[in-house]
Amino acid sequence: MGILEWATSPWGQHVPIHIAWFLIWVAAIAGLVFFVVHVIYLRYFARAEGFAGAVTPELAVHVPERVPRHSLAARMFHWIMAVAMFTLLFTAFLPKVGVRFNWVAYHWIAGTVLTISIVFHVIHAIFWMDFWSIWPDKVDLEDALKRVRRFMGHPAPPPRKFAKYPLENKLYHGAIIATGLSVILTGVFMMFRVRTIFFPRNPYLFGDMTWGLMYVLHGLAGVGLITLVMVHVYFAVRPEKLDITKSMIFGSMKREFYLKHYDQERWAVEASTLSSKSDGKHTQV
Amino acid sequence: MAVIRDVMRAFELYQPNSAADAQKLLQQYGTDAWVMAGGLDSFDWLKDRIKRPKVVVDLSGVDELKGIRATNDGIEIGAMTTLTEVVRSPIVREKYGLLSEGAELAASPQIRNQGTIGGNVSQDARCWYYRAGWPCYRAGGNICYADTPMGRNREHAILHAQRCVAVNPSDSAPALIALDAKFVLRTREGERIVDAEDYFIGPDIDITRLHILRPGDLLTAIRIPSTWAGARFYFEKVRDRNVWDFALLNVASAMVVSDGRIERIRLAVNGAAARPLRLTAVEDAVRGKAPDATTGLMAGRLAVEGAVPLQFNAYKIPLMRNLVKRAIGGVEEATWAS
Repeated sequence: MGILEWATSPWGQHVPIHIAWFLIWVAAIAGLVFFVVHVIYLRYFARAEGFAGAVTPELAVHVPERVPRHSLAARMFHWIMAVAMFTLLFTAFLPKVGVRFNWVAYHWIAGTVLTISIVFHVIHAIFWMDFWSIWPDKVDLEDALKRVRRFMGHPAPPPRKFAKYPLENKLYHGAIIATGLSVILTGVFMMFRVRTIFFPRNPYLFGDMTWGLMYVLHGLAGVGLITLVMVHVYFAVRPEKLDITKSMIFGSMKREFYLKHYDQERWAVEASTLSSKSDGKHTQV
Repeated sequence: MAVIRDVMRAFELYQPNSAADAQKLLQQYGTDAWVMAGGLDSFDWLKDRIKRPKVVVDLSGVDELKGIRATNDGIEIGAMTTLTEVVRSPIVREKYGLLSEGAELAASPQIRNQGTIGGNVSQDARCWYYRAGWPCYRAGGNICYADTPMGRNREHAILHAQRCVAVNPSDSAPALIALDAKFVLRTREGERIVDAEDYFIGPDIDITRLHILRPGDLLTAIRIPSTWAGARFYFEKVRDRNVWDFALLNVASAMVVSDGRIERIRLAVNGAAARPLRLTAVEDAVRGKAPDATTGLMAGRLAVEGAVPLQFNAYKIPLMRNLVKRAIGGVEEATWAS
């Protein structure tokens, strides 16, 4: 049982046509296994959080009751993307597991919405947000090593508190970029194979092998997104993460949560005047 | 692609003698099983080695699926009743002549002697790219070879094409839709009765099948209510060879006319889309109007709204327009327009 489906083209070429659909279940089960493993880890193996350094009183005094975290634009992007992503996943995979409906039109419309929202996000992130805040830096890697050593029982100093985004967040964002761009780029080309309002059909844009590989990449990234989205939703509803989830709804988080988990030097919140530039490295409040 | 004709791959053959046994076998083997009614569609697939089922369930010994019975409200036709029996049935001829006409125009006498009504409505698409075993959408692949600038698509769809452009080839299907027939299915969940028009599905719902039967399901009978018994019927099939051929397009209508006005009407065409289409918008538009050439002209124009021709089948648009016009206004009143 291979992970790809193959066929012979009219020209006798052995070409991949798409992924094997059992991978949908593999992805879903992988997500469920992650939940179970993580819950077991938290219950039996996780050590109490310990961070280097204390809250600096002279800085803390300037932190407001509500710490701005996500601007309205960033939140709107997130939720539009979420709706588009769920629509894409449901319209892509429900028909493969036996739920019959007219899915193609909904799928490419949701894909178009996702593509536009991603383009907006890239521009917004480059010009209006602290672009590098979501990418792993040297401190993240040093702290990750310390956390692993401490978990293994080896001597290591406590890690620093997090920047605006913890390393796990940044790695997840990287995985979403890889899978998201894969489905979007292949999806845009695949729209040439169906009738849409954007361009005339042109199935001869690529050869059968290239098309096949494109469908395979689209499928692999798609099933990967099943697992990634499940993991994302799991963390979003975990009690200890609810403050972060709420900040994606309301835009801000509690002062206490901020002071407990975030390094004021790595994600500085300066209390002076309220500002909507909540995604800046130095948030003005 | 090499095609080895006349040499079927080995399969287990089951010949149940009851619908219950047949259904049990179908459910036991699921997607590995192939349902064979008259065998006319089946043997093409099997001999070409394009469909390679592990198990064939031959329904020819299931007597309870054969025959035409009068019911309290019309008739019930067993799914294994041959097209010839349908054509020759006195009650069908007398009250449901539309079906008789449609069935009589299917294929050749020899094929009608062997082919069944259940097989006729459940047969697969005739697109040659698909039948040749190419990995098209309908075969589980990712392309439609017919819907390309060079694809041979003269017989293909002008309406509701989505990825796959193959059409439903059944002649009895539009007649059954016009007669408001109900299809009786045995499914895992029990007996299910669906309207004829809901039995057929397009590629938007499932690109690999033309009907709603899932692996393990069995079509057992077709019930025709008396609602349209003795109505004014019209059936016309246009094909390349009048001796025997699949329809390029066909049209079926059942109409009740009162005081020179169309009181009730059901109208369906096949060969225009992947499923036989009931033209409800046309029905609504012509109800209350005189069944004449003027109404027919209007109906024909309305019927082809939204039609998108492929490279080689634009002729189907005026053809469908004229067939609908004739179904409403009658042949004598219609005039050919070039």
